[in-house]
Amino acid sequence: MQHHIRLAAALAVATLSLSACASADAPAANGPADKLVLVTHDSFSLSDGILEQFTEETGIEVEVQAAGDAGELVNKLVLTKDSPLGDVVFGIDNTFASRAVNEGVLEKYVSKDVTDAEAAYLLPADQGGEELTPIDNGDVCVNVDHEWFAENDLEEPVVLDDLIDPKYKDLLVVEAANSSSPGLAFLLATIDAYGDGWQDYWASLIDNGAQVDASWSDAYYVDFSGPSSEGDRPLVVSYASSPPFEVPEGSTVAPTGALLDTCFRQTEYAGIIAGTKYPDDAAKLVDFLFSPIVQNDIPESMYVYPVNAAATLPEGWSDFAKIAENPFSISPEDIDANREQWLSEWAAIATP
Amino acid sequence: MTTVRPRIAPSTTVAVVLGAGVPIVFFAVFFLWPVGAMVVRGFGDGIALDVLTRPRTVRLIGLTLGQAALAAIITTVLGVPIAHVLYRLRFRGRRFLRALIIVPFVLPTVVVGVAFRTLLREGGLLGFLHLDGTFAAIMLALVFFNIAVVVRTVGGAWENLDPRQEEAARVLGASPARVMLTVTLPRLAPAIIAASSVVFLFCSTAFGVVLVLGGTRFGTIETEIYLLTTQFLDLRAASVLSITQLVVVVLVLLVAGRLRPKRGTERGSSVARRPRRADAAAISITIVTGLLLALPVVALLARSFQTADGWSLGNYIALGSTGSRNALSGPVWEALGNSLVIAAAATAIALVIGTSASLILSRRPRSIGLRRGILALDGVLMLPLGVSAVTVGFGFLITLNQPPFDLRSSPILVPIAQALVATPLVVRTLLPVLSAIDERLRESAAVLGAAPLRVLRDVDLGIVARPVLAASGFAFAVALGEFGATSFLSRPDRPTLPVVIFRLIGLPGGDNFGMAIAASVVLATVTVMVIGLVERLRVGTVGSW
Repeated sequence: MQHHIRLAAALAVATLSLSACASADAPAANGPADKLVLVTHDSFSLSDGILEQFTEETGIEVEVQAAGDAGELVNKLVLTKDSPLGDVVFGIDNTFASRAVNEGVLEKYVSKDVTDAEAAYLLPADQGGEELTPIDNGDVCVNVDHEWFAENDLEEPVVLDDLIDPKYKDLLVVEAANSSSPGLAFLLATIDAYGDGWQDYWASLIDNGAQVDASWSDAYYVDFSGPSSEGDRPLVVSYASSPPFEVPEGSTVAPTGALLDTCFRQTEYAGIIAGTKYPDDAAKLVDFLFSPIVQNDIPESMYVYPVNAAATLPEGWSDFAKIAENPFSISPEDIDANREQWLSEWAAIATP
Repeated sequence: MTTVRPRIAPSTTVAVVLGAGVPIVFFAVFFLWPVGAMVVRGFGDGIALDVLTRPRTVRLIGLTLGQAALAAIITTVLGVPIAHVLYRLRFRGRRFLRALIIVPFVLPTVVVGVAFRTLLREGGLLGFLHLDGTFAAIMLALVFFNIAVVVRTVGGAWENLDPRQEEAARVLGASPARVMLTVTLPRLAPAIIAASSVVFLFCSTAFGVVLVLGGTRFGTIETEIYLLTTQFLDLRAASVLSITQLVVVVLVLLVAGRLRPKRGTERGSSVARRPRRADAAAISITIVTGLLLALPVVALLARSFQTADGWSLGNYIALGSTGSRNALSGPVWEALGNSLVIAAAATAIALVIGTSASLILSRRPRSIGLRRGILALDGVLMLPLGVSAVTVGFGFLITLNQPPFDLRSSPILVPIAQALVATPLVVRTLLPVLSAIDERLRESAAVLGAAPLRVLRDVDLGIVARPVLAASGFAFAVALGEFGATSFLSRPDRPTLPVVIFRLIGLPGGDNFGMAIAASVVLATVTVMVIGLVERLRVGTVGSW
């Protein structure tokens, strides 16, 4: 391979210099930045004009670079440590935070605007507490099709234990923990809930006819019985923010809901990428992501809850998208240490 | 041997320079370097050969090979009769059908996965078959996606087959079946083998289809590399599997090369004829397969007109918007525009690289060293079909980060990645035709005083003009439908249509789902229109040479 690399480099310089016109902007001095690169997961989205407000305030343009899901995002940062992809990262969640911190891809900075009201979202000190600013959070919960249970005159399940009750046989569809992020979140919920007994719980869940689909869209649109889906299973692992989408326009009754005692909380963080040339400007961008301007826009743009206590929720959210009071959670360190082990044990039980 | 041995035709020298230089540089920079760098990085802490002895890995390698081989065989067996019907028989609408057959090839995997599972699940239209989550379901989907590869590659070669040999055999009393088996199929062998090996490679790196339809019980080397790289960051294991993929590809190419006859397809001008009784078998296979292919497509079409208010154009009208609750950063039409521009750029790159590579690959120089070099180049060009998009994508990140290749955030990377996948198809379409050019044609042109470049232009390029058009349509379709690498590299402000569809189908709410389906229908329709247009151009070129 060394050979190829050398060959490639030689030929490269010789012939393809035409592509050099797309060369980098590399002002070496630490003056103010003209432009910051914000590296995100690919669900990142804000309404038109929001990032422009940052440009108006600071004179700095923001270029957004999507880099896959949360896992891919962190891995890309790790692989490109010597030549960073950008200045600020958004979208590292609590399941991958530990890896990002341990690999040293983040500068030490937490937004100075975080108050006691948001302190609960901060990570433990050695697991990202000094590097990551919480931006949003969302719960992954079992969603229930109210209409189905009403029609079939069956009481809705409430807690995880209910899901292995024969009363609810063949009614649940979940996503695979090794190919879907809500799937992983649900697995983590069960691990927090049952501790060492989680393998038995999963064996019972599968015995009770739980279907395991590869992706969220499969589970939600093919097997779930909700109003916009084709399937016949009235229970699906989805987000706490999914039900508002199923409310018909003008209606005040939600056809689906989230079982709030089955939720795992995912919090997403922003941080400064180690090696940036503009740490001071990058800090301003992190502060901006935490500011009410962005925080108020987050629910409608990314379907998750803002972290900032000063942010306001859009209409309908307080009615249809409730927040779990005691969601399950596992420390980033534990997740990072056990991820592979858990997933392979899970695969052996759920996808024999 | 009374004649003087002719020296190597001068056009060969020109072809070598043009043909070898451009593709070698392109593949070295955008494929070998990134993939090599990833593998080297993984081997940094020692080679994790133990991965290969894990029962799970052994099972996945077996599954990958078995599934790709079976899918390639089924696709070929069904595809060849269809190629016969669509390219040798004359009937109304055949040109339309030729364009239509490309539809499954460009539909986004995630959408097809949903469509298939909606049909196959318990209670679905085909629920009684009990195929949901089975190996057979994966097979159906792989055939669905790849049949166009066989039909178009073999059909293109068939169209250029001189029918006089068949006619002679018939006159001498051979039955139509015997003519087919002993005269026609052997002459088509290069194209058939080329097509099946491409299908094999596509299937061996299949990712979404396997996951969605296999219900997570099945997997491939590809799904494992994805898991190891993107979730576990276990590059040591991923590197070993990447090498395994490379070995598989090389073995397949060696076998295919061995099976492939030394000479390419002969060229003649064949005229499509009216269907005869002897075509009954091929026609029935075409109709039955056609109906099976149509089922998921029709189901999607029907779904695209369903809205909360019943049947309407609502989903299509919504494509002008940014989705319910601003799901997207721009209207879907904008994404279609991005897709067309990017795919056009990718096609241009693939044609330049593919045509120049084919020119050199079609030569049979006397020097054994050169001949081996040509064979090696042939193999290298096929590699991107069989190597993980994840490995290539991560490889881009760690290599293309300094001048003159500081391209990580450049928009040019998307068409380049698409071109990597499209180029092998261009080569496999052009090569059989170019290999068939009688060297004497070039030599006599040279003897008659034509300069090397003129020989190249009038002989080689003149003859490939028609196949180049066919290849460009195909390359365009590949680029338009490409998702794996594109989603990895595309910029949020310039998403392609498949990326937007993926985003829409990942959000709750009937209107977003409806838009995703409608957008898929638009993607398929646009592709059919482009391919149809190219077919027309091809007809136009017949008279010019």
